[in-house]
Amino acid sequence: MTDEVRTMPATAQPRLMRWSVVLPGLAALACALVLPQFANAYVTEVATTALLYVVLCLGLNIVVGYAGLLDLGYAAFFAVGAYTSGILTAEFGFNFWLTIPVAMAAACVAGIIIGAPTLRLRSDYLAIVTLGFGEIVRIIARNLDITGGASGLIGIERPEIFGFKLMQVQHFYYAFLVLALLTAFVCLSVERSRMGRAWFYVRYDEDAAAGIGINRVTAKLQAYMMGAVIASVAGCLYAAKMTAISPESFTFNQSLLILLGVVLGGMGRIPGVVLGAVLVALLPEVLRGAGTYRPLVTAVALLAIMLFRPNGLWPDKRV
Amino acid sequence: MTLDLLIQQLVNGLIVGSFYALIALGYSMVFGVIKLLNFAHGDIYMNGAFVGLIVFSFVGIWVGNGWLGVVCALLVSMLVVGLLGVVIERFAYRPMRNAPRLSILITALGASMVLNGTALALTGGRHYAFNTDLGFAGVDISTVHITYTQMVLVAASIALMAGMQAFVSRTMYGKAMRAVSIDMGASRLMGIDVDRVIALTFFMGSALAAGGGVMAGAYYGSVHFFMGFIMGLKAFTAAVIGGIGSVPGAMLGGLLLGLLEAFGSSLPFVGSEWRDVFVFGTLILFLVFKPTGLLGRSVVERV
Repeated sequence: MTDEVRTMPATAQPRLMRWSVVLPGLAALACALVLPQFANAYVTEVATTALLYVVLCLGLNIVVGYAGLLDLGYAAFFAVGAYTSGILTAEFGFNFWLTIPVAMAAACVAGIIIGAPTLRLRSDYLAIVTLGFGEIVRIIARNLDITGGASGLIGIERPEIFGFKLMQVQHFYYAFLVLALLTAFVCLSVERSRMGRAWFYVRYDEDAAAGIGINRVTAKLQAYMMGAVIASVAGCLYAAKMTAISPESFTFNQSLLILLGVVLGGMGRIPGVVLGAVLVALLPEVLRGAGTYRPLVTAVALLAIMLFRPNGLWPDKRV
Repeated sequence: MTLDLLIQQLVNGLIVGSFYALIALGYSMVFGVIKLLNFAHGDIYMNGAFVGLIVFSFVGIWVGNGWLGVVCALLVSMLVVGLLGVVIERFAYRPMRNAPRLSILITALGASMVLNGTALALTGGRHYAFNTDLGFAGVDISTVHITYTQMVLVAASIALMAGMQAFVSRTMYGKAMRAVSIDMGASRLMGIDVDRVIALTFFMGSALAAGGGVMAGAYYGSVHFFMGFIMGLKAFTAAVIGGIGSVPGAMLGGLLLGLLEAFGSSLPFVGSEWRDVFVFGTLILFLVFKPTGLLGRSVVERV
């Protein structure tokens, strides 16, 4: 109980500007901005993947870190976004940018179907139902005709912006960088909003939260859906970058990697999550030769973090 | 649907259902005592199948691939994997017992992935054949042939579950288990060694899952590192249908889910590739309309 009964700090709202965070943040951003000018295609590709994971981990962080809900099928929403956008552009000739709101709506609907019944129940239920959901979305994608079956969907249109077509690795690198910054901005504002404080409260003490008039089911559902929407937008851009997607990009392992990113850096804190996401993106590069040992390494990392450093490598000072 | 098909699906459903029931029972027991879904349960089932296969291959050298070998494999695997369950509880769950729920869940997930990852690393992801020679003798009902093996499988799992029910309802340790599941703190004050009861629960739950794993491996003739993943999910569904935390509920839920799946996937518009989707839909419907399950008590979260 020790962690649960610790009091919330009097001001749940930390100072907006802390130089110790802002300066390294700006430095990192400056490096990120100039990176493709110096790095080769391989490094840029890995960095793009890292940015994709930053977006996904920040999104999952809203669910896991802010609201304290365990989502084990997060890749499903990523898949919903990627397939919605992919099908609409490849089969129906939609403009890429128009598919984003549709994908967001689709993720919301999926989030309600899964979240509304389960969020009323114990949090373990959500974990296992989302695990099932992740698997089901993959099975559906594999068995439907419109999703291209097991071989996947090909020929997804590349997006165009003001007459400029995104083609090369660098272009998508910058697109993902913009998305990551947008996501971080959304997280930062939502964290300090009334809704964000409600999530923290629900996470620390559900009954007390209910006692001061927070509707905990609504609060959880909001967090769950916001996470879903962020993943779906990342999915749209991912589909556009890859131009071909298959069900195997959205396996349970993918969900697990995103969760590892959130847990590794430190749940609930944006810089920690960004660090975790980058580490997770580098993992396959480091473990290139490990072959079938790879999942074991991921699993041991997850377990070791939870047992020995449960607040992550760069923990949240407020908890 | 013809009568033959009906009987055939009934048999298939009962067999699959008894596997589900065995595994759901372990879920339910552990949940009852520590109020935690043991994510590693599906992987324990998978490990049980592998340990059973190893024992079977060794014992088979002396006693052949018949019944005796399978029974040896079953018993040894239940014992070994039961102890594995105790070890997992000791190193992954016990240190976290007073941690926030989210941390416990992630740790449980980590334990599950370590078991799964180890199996993948050791087997290289290959399918291993579980070559039994149990014969095809049996009885014919209409044109449907039901082997003695199939009957024994169903009977054995029912016997295991009945034994478990008797243990929980009649013995001193069973009483301690029930006490701990009602109020852990008060049980400790009454002199119950809570740690030991929890360890025992993990032992029994894991042994049941291992029993299910060996039977499923022997019946289907193949063992694979990923076999526990979907099984864990379905056993959870079975436990929810029956009412989680309830021993008879787990049996009922398992058999019902088995039948539902067998009949559901033979419907013309469902088809076997949609079987898992069908099961998952059932789970969602139960969570919406009857989250307590058929025989369970309230599961709404309380602190």
